[in-house]
Parts: sequence; C-alpha cells; structure tokens
Amino acid sequence: MNPEQFVEILNDWNAGAVLAWKFDRGELTVEVAPEQIVPLCQFLKSEQGFIRLSAVTAVDRYPMEPRFEVLYLLHSIEPSRRLRVKCRLGGEQPEIDSVTCVWRSANWYEREVFDLFGVRFRNHPDLRRILLPEGWKGHPLRKDYPVTGEKYTYSE
Amino acid sequence: MTLNMGPQHPSTHGVLRMVLELDGETVTNVECDIGYLHTGIEKEFEQKTWQQAVTLTDRIDYLCPLTNNLCYCLAVEKLLGLEIPPAAQWMRVLLNELTRINSHLVWLGTHAMDLGAMSVFLYCFREREDILRIFEMFAGQRMMTSYFRIGGLALDPPRGWQHAVKKFIDAFPSRVDQYEDLLTNNPIWLKRTKGVGYAPLEDLLDCGVTGPIIRAAGLAWDIRKSEPYSSYDKFDFDVPVRTESDVYARYQVRVEEMRQSARIVKQALEGMPPGPWKADAPHVVLPDREKMKTQIEALIYHFKIVTEGFRVPEGEVYQVVESPRGEMGYHVVSDGTSKPYRVFIHGPSFGNLQGLPLMIKGRLVSDAIAALGSTDFVLGDVDR
Repeated sequence: MNPEQFVEILNDWNAGAVLAWKFDRGELTVEVAPEQIVPLCQFLKSEQGFIRLSAVTAVDRYPMEPRFEVLYLLHSIEPSRRLRVKCRLGGEQPEIDSVTCVWRSANWYEREVFDLFGVRFRNHPDLRRILLPEGWKGHPLRKDYPVTGEKYTYSE
Repeated sequence: MTLNMGPQHPSTHGVLRMVLELDGETVTNVECDIGYLHTGIEKEFEQKTWQQAVTLTDRIDYLCPLTNNLCYCLAVEKLLGLEIPPAAQWMRVLLNELTRINSHLVWLGTHAMDLGAMSVFLYCFREREDILRIFEMFAGQRMMTSYFRIGGLALDPPRGWQHAVKKFIDAFPSRVDQYEDLLTNNPIWLKRTKGVGYAPLEDLLDCGVTGPIIRAAGLAWDIRKSEPYSSYDKFDFDVPVRTESDVYARYQVRVEEMRQSARIVKQALEGMPPGPWKADAPHVVLPDREKMKTQIEALIYHFKIVTEGFRVPEGEVYQVVESPRGEMGYHVVSDGTSKPYRVFIHGPSFGNLQGLPLMIKGRLVSDAIAALGSTDFVLGDVDR
C-alpha cells in the first residue's frame, strides 16, 4: 500500500489524528498527538493488522522543545509492512498513556523508556526501573546526562 | 514459597534472576528481574563515530556478533544510500549463516546439558570450534569479529577460505545426524521436552516473542523471507515450522534450521560472484594502501575518514534482520554529524524473555528449566 493511501485511511478514521507524516527511505512515519495514541493503536491493531509491537523507544532532542519523541515500531506480518508512530512530549513532565492494554509486549519496552529517559506512562501496570538499580538517580539516555563523572555507591 | 533462581544459576545462562512463587512443586507466578548485565551500550554509541560503533555491536549478542554487525551496517548503509557489491553481500550471508549454526550449537549443547544429556555438549562444541577457527581466519578474532564494516567487509577474505568453509560444510550434515541420534528418539529427552512449556501462538505474538519459538508455534514467519536483506532472496532454503509449540518442537525447528543454514552456506560458497569486497564510496570506505600512496584525493579522504569520520545524512531508519533468536532491529537516528545521534537496539532475547512466564506459569518447577533453555536468550542482548 502506498503511504498516501495509508494516511488517507487514518484520516478517515479520525480527521486530524495525523499531525504530520513522512515517507523516507522506504519507511513510513506518522506523527500523532499524545492523547490519540491508545485509540490509534487499537485501530491499527484491530483494523489494519498491526498485530505486533516490535518495540517502543524514545529520542531526546534536547535542547529542542518539545523535547522527547516516543516511537512505536509497529509490524504487521500478513501483509508484511512496518510503521513508525511518533509522539512528541515536552521536557517539563513527559507523560503519555500506556499501550500495554493493546499489546502486552509494551510492558517492558515502556519500563525501559521510563528507566532510561524518564518518560512516565499512565495506566502502566508496573512502572518501575527495569535495567538500572532501583535507587538510581537520573535517566542516562537523556542528552544532558553526563557520560562520565557520575559516581554510584551500592547501598546494599 | 518464594524461590529465588539466579542471578548466579547455571541454567539461567548468564545473570538473570527469576523470582518463582511456588505452591508445592507448581509455579504459580514468575517474575524476571533483568539488568544485571546493563552496560549502557546505547549511550556509548553516541560517543563513537559511525565506523567505530561497529565494534560495540559485537558485544551485544555475543553468540552472534556477525548478525549484530550486519544489522547495524545495513541500517547505516540505508541512511547513506550506499550500494554494496554482490560479492560482499554474499559473503555476509555466508558468514551470517555460519553464525546461526554457531549460535544454535551453543544453544543445543547447553540446553541438552541442562536436561541431563552431557555428551551432546561435547559434540556441539567440537563443531563450534571449527566455526570459530573460520571466523579467526577471516577476522583475526574468534568471537568479537567486527568483520562487517559500513560499506562492505573489513578485510579481503583470507587465502584458502573456500577450502576451510567447504571442509566444514561437507562434514556438517552428518554431524547434525549425530546430535539427532543422541536426542531425537531418546526416551528421556522426549519425556523432558514433549508437551513441556506450551504457549499458544496469539499470546506469544502479543508478548513480543519472535524467531524459532514462533515458528515452533505454527507461524512460518522468517524475516529472511518476508523482508529479504543482503540478497537473501537469491538463496533457496526452507523455513521449518512445527505446530506443537512445546520445547520439543523448538528443538526440532532449530535443528532443521542448522541444516538449512548449511544449505545456504553451500550455495553462497559455490555461487560467490566475483568483484570487489567494498563499496565504491570514497567518502565512506577507506582507500587501498596503493591508492593512498599515489593519489592525492585518496590521501585526503583517508585523512578525513580517520580523523573525523564520515558524515551521515539526517534521518532515521529501523532495520531488522533474522538473528538466530528472532527479530533483531537497529533503530538508528542521525542528525547529520559524524556520530550517531541515537541507536536503539531491539534484541530478540528481550521480547522472548518477556514471553517466558507464559511457558512456566502453572507448570512444574523442573519444567521451568526446560522452558527456559528452549527460549535461548542471551543476557547481553536483553540488558545491553
């Protein structure tokens, strides 16, 4: 399916859902408003065959505002196609609804984004750090987090 | 009762901690605690130049370093719009399939050992040694190969490589028969694996599980077929599928995959196209020594690439490949400078481990070991 048609389908579902889209190097990226993420994902999963959530990740565009881009990498096995859904979040208090109600696999990926970027996911069943120790301060993959010079002492 | 399994436990294959809630011998709940091997490798990518970062990819999934090399290189080459010569593509396929065999051999040996079949381990590591020697011949390294570079291969293949690969691949099918003799009809093996660790396909997909586990649950989905990369579409091979979705089916799928990989290696060896091993892209690929000494442009490019690295146009790509464990993806973002802006690594083990509770909950604790071994995860790939 060509990208224009696909964006058309999304606009038919909800006019104004797509804030921007881009087809670059054979990959389609659709940018939507953060409030729309859960209904959109439900639509994509049930109507458009994106039964797999390949991963959730984020990019920090510091010092640009809105600072965070949360990326949802979607995959449909039959027909074989991929889609990148992008939501931009401000740096003050980055928060977005969790998509664990749509795909269970979002659970660990959202925990990872929370751990490394400090983006909070509302309605997540178990939002804790996943890779770093529980008492860790800061979120290492943020661009303003230093690469060296941070000391950590293990309390236990 | 709550049972703490790991992080130092021989059958968790690395530093994974599982908290098992037990009712007698039945597991009522399981929680995986990961992160013991977190090294901040994604942050480190942002400090290296594009080419330097290849060496980091080896260290993520250390049982299939070449698959990681390939996935990263393909992603950056997609950003650069670089055309890779056919010979280099075929060589990448050949080495990738050897990597798959290598990884499956480690899995088979350790998995069988977990379930009490000690001798299989020794047989598997005999062949693995041959593969590692081939890698050493090519790259000078047994495990951390870094043999694929952006734009092609790091070095020309060594003299006599055809002979070494041919010798291995001619003998290998009979070696797989040996493993199968030891296990496939072995009553103890059947008892420990048949009907154990069952999980339905829909749940597995929903939890993010990929690779041989999905194929053992009845879905013929292989990225080498569905989204071919590096000229995989030119090779003739089958995708093994089973429907039982138990530990035994996963064993069958992986053993058959080893045979199919051997087929691919054979085809690549026999049909290797002639031509250069590196792309014709002087701003990315280092020039030959000869050119560098005789041509001023080549010298300038060499100086530029070595001192500041090359620039990659702005953009983002998500490249996936079929690793021995499933869908491996590199999401690479460039801001137009000579260092990656952000690299996200989607390791197959991360998703597979998330699906592990499906196979363990409500079953016996002794079967947890079998199910765990059948998921074949690498903690370096999970924690990054």
